[in-house]
Amino acid sequence: MAKDTSAPLIQARNLTKRFDEAEVVRGIDFAIPRGVCFGFLGPNGAGKTTTLRMLMGISPISAGELSIFGLRMPEAGREIRARMGVVPQIDNLDPDFTVAENLRIYGSYFGLAASILDQRIPDLLAFVELKEKADVRIGKLSGGMLRRLTIARALVNDPELIVLDEPTTGLDPQVRHAIWGRMRELLRRGKTLLLTTHYMDEAERLCDRLVILDHGRILADGAPSELIQRHIETEVVEFRGDLPEGLIPRLEQLPDCRLEPVGDMLYCYTRDARAVIDGISDERQEITFLHRRGNLEDLFLKLTGRELRN
Amino acid sequence: MTDLSLPRFNPVAFAVVRRNLLVWRRLIGPAILMNFGEPALYLLGLGYGLGMFIGEMQGMSYLAFLASGIIASSTMTAASFEGTYSVFTRMETQRTHEAMLATPISVDDLIAGEILWCGVKGMFSTTAILLVTLALGEVASPAAILAIPIGFLIGLVFAGPAIAVSAVSPSYDFFNYYFILCITPMFIVSGVFFPVDGLPVAMQRAVEFLPLVHAVELVRPLVAGLPLQNPGLHLAVLMLYALGGYYLAVVLARRRLLV
Repeated sequence: MAKDTSAPLIQARNLTKRFDEAEVVRGIDFAIPRGVCFGFLGPNGAGKTTTLRMLMGISPISAGELSIFGLRMPEAGREIRARMGVVPQIDNLDPDFTVAENLRIYGSYFGLAASILDQRIPDLLAFVELKEKADVRIGKLSGGMLRRLTIARALVNDPELIVLDEPTTGLDPQVRHAIWGRMRELLRRGKTLLLTTHYMDEAERLCDRLVILDHGRILADGAPSELIQRHIETEVVEFRGDLPEGLIPRLEQLPDCRLEPVGDMLYCYTRDARAVIDGISDERQEITFLHRRGNLEDLFLKLTGRELRN
Repeated sequence: MTDLSLPRFNPVAFAVVRRNLLVWRRLIGPAILMNFGEPALYLLGLGYGLGMFIGEMQGMSYLAFLASGIIASSTMTAASFEGTYSVFTRMETQRTHEAMLATPISVDDLIAGEILWCGVKGMFSTTAILLVTLALGEVASPAAILAIPIGFLIGLVFAGPAIAVSAVSPSYDFFNYYFILCITPMFIVSGVFFPVDGLPVAMQRAVEFLPLVHAVELVRPLVAGLPLQNPGLHLAVLMLYALGGYYLAVVLARRRLLV
């Protein structure tokens, strides 16, 4: 009966946001414990960004309660933001300054003394491997370097909580892996991370817990592995291209096979992939298929549907 | 619902001023050219050229008359450009304000900082043209140095409305309305080029409400070495405009940024 008695770092109760007619966050509840990586997943327009904006105190809360570090938002917004770091979705670094100046000026917004910043900035630049770029104007940096600098900037106030809004969107695999490594290091140092992402592999890799949001509501809440287990069959057989006559009815007859046709693909979700593959053994030469484990993306698509969002 | 409460001031606003000052210092070449170059051309061209035909105006050379007017109007222009094009760039294009709002800086602090910075930019402009006027030998009294703090106040006066326009503006093009409908007409009728009493009587009454008229009335005697007329009234009008503009800018910026 090990019970965690420490209060959650973030607690939201019935958190609601309305814009005129539209309710974009519809009374959601969540609690984020200290020291975890917590994910917000959802299609575009699900309410993720609005929720983050309420967490930062830059979007008035329509109803419900939100507390961070035991302080109430928005009343204690200034105090809360002093202990929080934010990596925004779109880079908003200062183009007229160098790498080090960007950190220095940003630190001044937190009221940090020059002596503290002099100590901290070399460490931050080392942390994101930008030390030799300290005096370079940011216009000369690549997309990956800009992102790493934005992460360093979010750490300038030594925050307890770091909010990352789609931190690896549009980056190459090398940079993504480097950023994941930095995020894991921050977790080792006891920081709490709050992450939104469209990449399910990223969420599965990093998040200890996550919620899936859609149309302003939480559809699922838990650890990624536990959610997959709870909502999704363990295995998936993906068929692509033209399928032989009579295959679909045959698959439909199997006791454990949930079929989902998408374009020229057919997904078969099952707990017994062997039976599915045995069932097509006669036509194996003609069929292109892929057998894999069920993952977070399957869960995401099952809960939020496959239609395109704007 | 937009928060209509009075702006709350916090010294963190000075971090915003400092950031803008550091960027300005980085781009100092073109900034100085703008501050000195354009008004100097006006003064030389109109002051000497037109001055030849006009001779004296209100007991001073036309060059002195024009220079003191241009000190006030250029301060207005400098603050108005900063509050529109530059503030809009930081608000939208560069997302500087978004970055600041993720720190302890609030919208109220942000706008207070931007307004103070517009005051500083106005004061830079005042100083530059005062120096040009001095070089032309048209500064009649050491009291002219008081034009510099008054320039700061004039900058504050025009900062608020300009930032308010930025806060409701969909794009840079929208600023044309503000400049063509408000700033330029004010520039023409406020006694910069010719005395206000040259206007039709009804119009003279109306222009009494324009802030630039009061700015000119303060700066001109200081530069020309004449006694100030009703300085308390002029200062009070400018301060009322500055406070009203501050409130308007903060409320409209809250409406745009806190959604």
